[in-house]
Amino acid sequence: MVKVEVKDLKVWLGKNFVIKGINLEILENSVTSIIGPSGCGKSTFLRSINRMNDLISDANIEGEIMIDDKNIYDPDVNVFDLRRKVGMVFQKPNPFPKSIYENIAYGLKIHGTKDRNKIDEIVEKSLRDANLWDEVKDKLFENAFALSGGQQQRLCIARAIAIKPEVILMDEPASALDPIATNSLERLIVELRKNYTIVIVTHNIQQAARVSEYTAFLYLGELVEFNKTEKIFTMPKDKKTEEYVSGRFS
Amino acid sequence: MDKIKKEKIVFTIIRIISFSSVVFLLTLLGFIFYKGFSVINWQFLTDIPRNGFTEGGIFPSIVGTVYLIIGTMIFAVPVGILAGIYLAEYAKENRFKNLLRVSINVLAGVPSIVFGLFGLAIFVKRMHLGVSIISGSLTLGILVLPTIIQATIEAIKSVPDTFREASYGVGATKWQTVYHISLKTAISGIFTGIIISIGRAAGEAAPILFTAATFYTRGLPTSIFDKVMALPYIIYGLITEGTFPDKQVPIAYGASVVLLIIVLLFSTVGIIIRLRVRRRKSW
Ligand SMILES: Nc1ncnc2c1ncn2[C@@H]1O[C@H](COP(=O)(O)OP(=O)(O)O)[C@@H](O)[C@H]1O
Ligand SMILES: [Mg+2]
Repeated sequence: MVKVEVKDLKVWLGKNFVIKGINLEILENSVTSIIGPSGCGKSTFLRSINRMNDLISDANIEGEIMIDDKNIYDPDVNVFDLRRKVGMVFQKPNPFPKSIYENIAYGLKIHGTKDRNKIDEIVEKSLRDANLWDEVKDKLFENAFALSGGQQQRLCIARAIAIKPEVILMDEPASALDPIATNSLERLIVELRKNYTIVIVTHNIQQAARVSEYTAFLYLGELVEFNKTEKIFTMPKDKKTEEYVSGRFS
Repeated sequence: MDKIKKEKIVFTIIRIISFSSVVFLLTLLGFIFYKGFSVINWQFLTDIPRNGFTEGGIFPSIVGTVYLIIGTMIFAVPVGILAGIYLAEYAKENRFKNLLRVSINVLAGVPSIVFGLFGLAIFVKRMHLGVSIISGSLTLGILVLPTIIQATIEAIKSVPDTFREASYGVGATKWQTVYHISLKTAISGIFTGIIISIGRAAGEAAPILFTAATFYTRGLPTSIFDKVMALPYIIYGLITEGTFPDKQVPIAYGASVVLLIIVLLFSTVGIIIRLRVRRRKSW
């Protein structure tokens, strides 16, 4: 089933024409990778899906993004509810300067959950689902900055899933992590796809191959090729795609 | 002369200059304490002035200074923090914002006696608040407002944008993000600014000269529309207008010691908080 349908998306950031008309369907409970050289618009594309680009004052967006058959750019859409439904994990781990517990409780509290027991329960569940519980259960009230980079990033994933999103966007989530932390993050992503629709930007082609079922190759703001990941890697149709995935890109 | 020798000489000079500033500070403190400490005792701190301020204590002035500090903060803290939040988080970058920024910087450099005159003209006269705690507090409030605004802006600006992004990312509104993330992260920096302004408000004589202070009152103030005795002002009064200098000058020094202790106490707390925050900051 299609979860997110991008229709002729165009994005201008100031004078920069960054996304030049992209059409793409993202299937429910799958992992879709966005790959492409630096500056081709991967982050901008990703941030269109939860309207984070709205925060850039001179951003202009055209086209539609349908999530569950509702255009998220319709005027009656509440952007804060949208971001609850479409969670995000950022390039550099960015926990709040609060305790581990508070990092996760934050999203619940701002969306109106007051019941302490309920919050406790969700905090534990989210940390378990992010494969972090065993490492932090004895120090929930310590500052999140005491955690390692990899743990911080999994905490950010726990924070994202605590508010029960349906789609999770990840923007190069492993780019600041060492190989071991990257490995556990990738395993987590594979586990999460059972329950979430995941879109992940990565500049690491092997990572795309390891975690995703579908891959989109972006180049200069355009979607060059979109297919099952194994097809992209074994039988790319476009010459540029072939060059990029084989590492012969200039 | 070779380069290394030149450098050595310059460094020695710099070292002497910085060392002499420490010596100067210690001399100043030593001098005030030496002159004033002898008169300080329990009665001096808790009694009212007697016999035309030649005997007794300075209790009403301590109370007056505390009232003025409290009044000043009641006005300046909310306004300063809100203005700082507005400028740091909401105001769009344009000419108007630049004008505000420049005005605040200029205001921070205006001599305090000018604030005193302004307070006299506006609060005492035009608003008919009279020479009173409230007029003095408003005047001192305006005096310290730029400091609090600047501290708030700086503290909020130093909160990394990645925190805000994370907050928006879980669906927080602008205000939720400003309140729970920017403000709470910045709070100790803001607090430091407030503490520094308390020191300033407590120590200034000029702004309360025409707006709040009086040399002598019977008893303690009973309402915010009363005049008050205040430490910086009685020091000034005792030194310049005292008729029995041999008895009153020591009292002035004693009052200076008390004022210094109050101000130093506040700034020390401010410095400690700032150091602790800097150490805890891990991003
Ligand atoms: N706030 C902005 N204003 C104007 N141009 C921007 C802004 N952010 C990014 N860009 C430009 O948009 C293009 C795509 O950026 P981005 O989406 O971050 O690429 P990627 O994530 O693929 O590296 C780049 O050329 C970048 O310079
Ligand atoms: Mg990017």
